[in-house]
Amino acid sequence: MKTFKSGGVHPEENKLSAGIPIRIMPVPQTVVIPLAQSLGAASTPLVNKGDKVLVGQLIAQGATFISANIHSSVSGTVAKVDDAIDASGYRKKCIIIDVEGDEWVASIDISPDLKANITMTKEEIISRIKEAGIVGLGGATFPTHIKLMVPEGKKAEHLIINAVECEPFLTSDHRIMLEKAEELLIGVKILMKALEVTKAFIGIENNKPDAIAHLTELSKKYEGIRVCALKVKYPQGGEKQLIKAILNRGVPSGKLPIEVGCVVQNVATAFAVYEAVQKNKPLFERVVTVSGISVKNPCNLLVRIGTRISALLEEAGGVPGDTGKIISGGPMMGKALNSLEIPVVKGMSGLVLMPVDEAKRMKVSNCIRCAKCISVCPMGLAPYHIAQTAETGQEERAESLNVLDCIECGSCAFTCPAGLPLLENIRVAKNKVGQLIRLRAK
Amino acid sequence: MANLLTVSSSPHLHGDLSIKRIMWGVVIALLPATLVSFWYFGIGAILITAVSVLTCVLVEFLITKFFLKEPTSIGDGSAVITGILLALNVPSNLPVWMIVTGAVFSIAVAKMTFGGLGKNPFNPALAGRVFMLISFPADMTSWPIPVANRAVLVDAVTGPTSLGIVKEGLAKGDAMSDLMTRIPSYADMLLGNMGGSLGEVSAIAIIIGGLFMLIRKIITWHIPVSFIGTVFAFTGILYLIDPAQYINPVFHLLAGGLMLGAIFMATDMVTTPMTRSGMVVFGIGCGLLTVVIRIWGAYPEGVSFAILIMNAVTPLINKGLKPKKFGEVVKNG
Repeated sequence: MKTFKSGGVHPEENKLSAGIPIRIMPVPQTVVIPLAQSLGAASTPLVNKGDKVLVGQLIAQGATFISANIHSSVSGTVAKVDDAIDASGYRKKCIIIDVEGDEWVASIDISPDLKANITMTKEEIISRIKEAGIVGLGGATFPTHIKLMVPEGKKAEHLIINAVECEPFLTSDHRIMLEKAEELLIGVKILMKALEVTKAFIGIENNKPDAIAHLTELSKKYEGIRVCALKVKYPQGGEKQLIKAILNRGVPSGKLPIEVGCVVQNVATAFAVYEAVQKNKPLFERVVTVSGISVKNPCNLLVRIGTRISALLEEAGGVPGDTGKIISGGPMMGKALNSLEIPVVKGMSGLVLMPVDEAKRMKVSNCIRCAKCISVCPMGLAPYHIAQTAETGQEERAESLNVLDCIECGSCAFTCPAGLPLLENIRVAKNKVGQLIRLRAK
Repeated sequence: MANLLTVSSSPHLHGDLSIKRIMWGVVIALLPATLVSFWYFGIGAILITAVSVLTCVLVEFLITKFFLKEPTSIGDGSAVITGILLALNVPSNLPVWMIVTGAVFSIAVAKMTFGGLGKNPFNPALAGRVFMLISFPADMTSWPIPVANRAVLVDAVTGPTSLGIVKEGLAKGDAMSDLMTRIPSYADMLLGNMGGSLGEVSAIAIIIGGLFMLIRKIITWHIPVSFIGTVFAFTGILYLIDPAQYINPVFHLLAGGLMLGAIFMATDMVTTPMTRSGMVVFGIGCGLLTVVIRIWGAYPEGVSFAILIMNAVTPLINKGLKPKKFGEVVKNG
């Protein structure tokens, strides 16, 4: 069975909610919709206090080239456009809407019928995806339409659908594959048309045999789509690792997957593309896994963007008494949150609650040069040596150690027997090298 | 829910690997060699090992507790490893006060002076051994004959090591065919029925420990294989050039401290390179130096010196040899 060659770790999978079907969360009383939900610039608000909005109505527009539209996830009145705390832990500009009823924009096709026939042209598809505000739903939130515009002189050969879900606990992609398989396969076909490719691979780790079997069976109807079962290894969901695993091609340092003829899209993104293109439905809701060792009812919820996480935690049986940390995303790469008032955003694939005793880091001791960090680094870096440059301020050395290649998967810190905060220091080094490069450009 | 949520950067999980787990794994791997030494050298070996381990642990405890006033680090198991390794590196009839001196040197000078586990540039046990070899050259090179001396503590019947037989014999101009009859059989060398330090004798017991560490992923194959392979290749070439002057390479593998050194000392993670390519360079360097010292040097055995010299070069190797970075070779498959 295929997997990427060098590095990687095996955190305990803990897919507690894998067998729980997606539940639709009730529409909340108010939503808080941050304007910065994708990579790139924050969007520009189009509504003011007192405006009436409908579900699916455009309320903020992509500001620059890399930026994405934002739509209202509820119907009601805009209460204010103001600062509120978001997943970054800082106060950021948000549109706050008081909910009245649940009235959708008329152009959205709300019928449950499957629409398999793809009538739009390549250009129409890309512009529809852009209008619908779709971003990478795996967590990186890169605007999808930009990924579909292949740069001059490059050619896409393969579309790779990332259905690896290698983070522990998370199961939202898994459930989409089981419950929305036809839709997402049509979504894949749409993406293939937009990229003008004839071959697509769906990479799934073999801890999801039901999804592999289901999609393998259904994909027979769709020409050019192949399901590729992968051996479980973290971080296989990293796009460079995934391409290496499926096609054995190495994306060079500092380059994008298109360099080796690939475009990678997340499986939930493919489903959102189906809804946008076939049903004219913008991205205003997503599936979020709520899980954790002590969580009473781990679940997968279809949530309107802007719903406060406290509502989701309530739905999962309340916050357990021993909770010491709440993570947005998976425990390997996710962000620790500092408030229960933080709203769900497009990139939030899950909420993982950790008990107090696991929330604290282990005691740090001297590096014993065991070199485990080097052997688990999927990018072939020397994490300890890079981390040291952050402590001593040697930016040039960090740069020569290829710090910018780091994908921040956390395998090094996960495995370090001395409990060193390797990734934390590497992030510092990365930041400084970034500043250095910008200064040089001036 | 606790009043405050912990906010820290990812990853939020940690695997089950810890320094303790690694170090106690090495202690387990040392058991076969230790037990075999007890079998061959009996009461002397037990006494030396016990005194060595206790002294190492006690010295580290005293330094951390009363001098540095830090929480003591003896629980991590590294002092125990140094104690066992030091004992495996000396003859079984060594006076007890000498092994105490060596153990104090290992921990106090070679390890704690530099900042404790992880900061020491040289393998503490090897540093201790070489300290004793230079300080007490006669006692460190009188080798009790195995089995016969099991119950003897002082005045053991001693004999030379096989490396010593060959080196002195060749120096005196004895014929190689004559020397071959005086060294132990290869079977005895494999099992450990020959004169030497406690842990030098049984190649098999050491290899079993090495395989255990390999399976537990405490060590990788790179250093032992390149070290032993280099010794084999180098002595093999010399043997092919002149079999009358140079003994065959199998002898070099089984005699002396090569197995112990290559599997337990040259794989000490603290004092050896971190990248795979660095490990191979380290192993080859150790192999070359060992042969040079064994054949042309003043001492019959060169493993300890070879490893210590390569320990000194390790920071340079670490700086120069980087791991192979992802995506450097672009395949068009």
